[in-house]
Amino acid sequence: MSVSTTGPDPVGLSGPLHGVAVLDERGRPRGPGGPGAPGGPGRSQRRAARRGRREGPAGRRVLSRLTPYLFVSAAVGLLLLLTYLPAANMLWYSITDWNGLGPVENVVGLDNYVEVFTNPRILSVFGVSLYYFVGAFLQMALALYFATLLSFSTRFSNFFRGVIFFPYLINGVAIGFVFLYLFQPGGTLDTVLGWFGMTDPPQWLGDADIANYSLAGTSVWRYTGLNFVLFLGAIQSIPNDLYEAAELDGASRWQQFTNIIFPGIRRIIGLSFILAVSGSLSVFEIPFIMTGGANGTATFVIQTLQTAFSYRQVGLASAMAVVLLAIVLVVTWIQRKLFPDEKVDLT
Amino acid sequence: MASRKAIVGLAAVAAATLLLTSCTASGSGDSGDSGEVAGDITFLTNRTDLQTDGTWDEYIAEFQKEYPDVDVKVEAITNYEDDVKTRLSTPNGYGDVLLIPNSVKPSQYPDFFEALGDADDLADTYRFLAPKTVDGVQYGIALGGNANGVLYNTEVFADAGVAEVPITEDDFLAALEAVKATGAVPLYTNYKDGWPLGGQWTNIVGAVTGDPDAQTAMAHDEEPWTEGTDIYALDSLLFDAVHEGLTEEDPLTTNWEQSKGDFATGEIGSMVLGSWAISQFQAAAEDAGVSKDVVGFMPFPTNVGGQQYATIAGDYFLGVNRNSGNKAAAKAWIDWLIEESGFTDAQGMISAVKSAPLPENLGTLEERGVELVELSAAPAGEESLFSDTADLSQVDVWGNIYRQKLIDIARGEADGDKESYFAQLNEQWGSAVSELAG
Repeated sequence: MSVSTTGPDPVGLSGPLHGVAVLDERGRPRGPGGPGAPGGPGRSQRRAARRGRREGPAGRRVLSRLTPYLFVSAAVGLLLLLTYLPAANMLWYSITDWNGLGPVENVVGLDNYVEVFTNPRILSVFGVSLYYFVGAFLQMALALYFATLLSFSTRFSNFFRGVIFFPYLINGVAIGFVFLYLFQPGGTLDTVLGWFGMTDPPQWLGDADIANYSLAGTSVWRYTGLNFVLFLGAIQSIPNDLYEAAELDGASRWQQFTNIIFPGIRRIIGLSFILAVSGSLSVFEIPFIMTGGANGTATFVIQTLQTAFSYRQVGLASAMAVVLLAIVLVVTWIQRKLFPDEKVDLT
Repeated sequence: MASRKAIVGLAAVAAATLLLTSCTASGSGDSGDSGEVAGDITFLTNRTDLQTDGTWDEYIAEFQKEYPDVDVKVEAITNYEDDVKTRLSTPNGYGDVLLIPNSVKPSQYPDFFEALGDADDLADTYRFLAPKTVDGVQYGIALGGNANGVLYNTEVFADAGVAEVPITEDDFLAALEAVKATGAVPLYTNYKDGWPLGGQWTNIVGAVTGDPDAQTAMAHDEEPWTEGTDIYALDSLLFDAVHEGLTEEDPLTTNWEQSKGDFATGEIGSMVLGSWAISQFQAAAEDAGVSKDVVGFMPFPTNVGGQQYATIAGDYFLGVNRNSGNKAAAKAWIDWLIEESGFTDAQGMISAVKSAPLPENLGTLEERGVELVELSAAPAGEESLFSDTADLSQVDVWGNIYRQKLIDIARGEADGDKESYFAQLNEQWGSAVSELAG
């Protein structure tokens, strides 16, 4: 990365942006080569296939016609086997009362879904997601702030970028354990607070009023780096001459932010928003490792896991998983309706 | 052409996998079995420590003196319960001899395990048969058994001025209160690790009333959390202890491995655990440079007219894979392990063989005249009823979730009080009972 001192670079980090912004304006998948490129190889293969039909014997002609499908079949086969088949299985289990072992015994129809929506104990855990949802906004604000700051020429900006992104690279299980020690009574956090004269700190995980804040804080610490890199990449893909023009016109940093940067990265912010919503609905590893879902910190996914493996109601748990999937889809759809993905035009 | 073959191969693998996943566990057993005590068998165990220190190899060498034609391969699995549960879906994937995972329900035993004989016939020789008996047929024999009760640090209790082992709940709470005054944690819950809140407590059901049918009774009781039952006595004591501040300060940061050392050094007064834990805590005491006599074991502090009871139950049960090709050899290995290996003596466990004496560490129970209660078999057709009721009601008596909630309420971190929570438990349990037991 050689962009540190020369200010925004339109090329520097556009790589990750392509990887992330996988949808173009009309919602079609966009490959690295742009919308036109993927058709290329296909066409040339078809041409090759036509040539083959003219020249080779019948068997070879059939084979060369099949070639593209055979290439695709490995990938599609694995996708079907490892993603769609288990998902279809889950849908099937969700209408049974299967206990996770042995043959499926009874098909119970929609009973499991009725249970999910009528049992207050199941739905009430979504309240816990609110902590993470609010945390996600804090996380986006922090990430946006630092991304903007570090996209301008700043001393040691590469170092700070590394520091902010680093937590995302650490294994989530390790983070869970590190923070477990941090939050222990008499642990690191209490010691540090003690230096500043806070002698009677609360139980960060033991106090039910605080536990969810502690966990959401851990989650913010971990994921800010990811948002930060997304935002930074998007900001750096904004053409440099816009900033130059703005500076010539005497625009302040804040005006540059509101008029160039923010509209320029709207789409990435929208994407982060979807990720934040679905992420906060399906929080799992941090609370699972740190509290195991005890003390009022169980999230929907932890509860699904408990239903499947502690209560051995795999059928009901499958229905809960399907409901979670549906909720995430609906939230995403609402978000797309409320904030449509308009074409961004900075000129 | 090679690519075509590869793809055909891949498709075949995919198809085979589909077939396999669709007929898991329903696969028929009785593969070709010679009936001779010969051949190779695989033994699955959770005791990785005995694999590392060579104990299993010694046992195998001894075993082969008697049966030279049998070769035993031991597979010690750290995450035994989960790993083996997954492997049960492959007919030959779970060895020849294994410890029956607790997550398999009794009604499913015939699908996975070979019948070992008629329960009535075996009852003359063996204890602990009841949990693995289905329709009068025996599917597993305990490798060893435990008594359930309370581990306590004898020195801490003595320092606190508790001279007599408490035999009522009030005396026990008073003793804990005295221990608290010395600065130790009176009763450690192991809340964070969770499992010590599950079976370690529920296994005591039966000891409070001295009723060997207590579990079955609870599976039919629509309001078991009512004064006078076993489960009420257990959960009520836990609630009161937590409520009075007689447990650790921050339950969310408890640590099982660390608690063994803390117990040995006198920072912890007591824990509710089975007698299986005694040897581990004695080892921890020796590591800490303390006499192993600090580890004391008492029955749950209740009595019926002065008579105290302690439940005893089998630990893991040995079973034979019904798809095994060497069933005779597998059975020979089980018989030898249980009757001749000396495993239970070495581990301080109760032998499954009735004529064998009690282990040394339980001697004090006999001295004090504590009567040992072994739960009787559930009536035919109700083998799974107790755990089914727990599953359906989502009151996980074998797990930790509901007792963690109980502790949260008791220490004021969750809404409710003892009455309201017990009423809620009764309601959940009751509706499952009326659905299942009718």
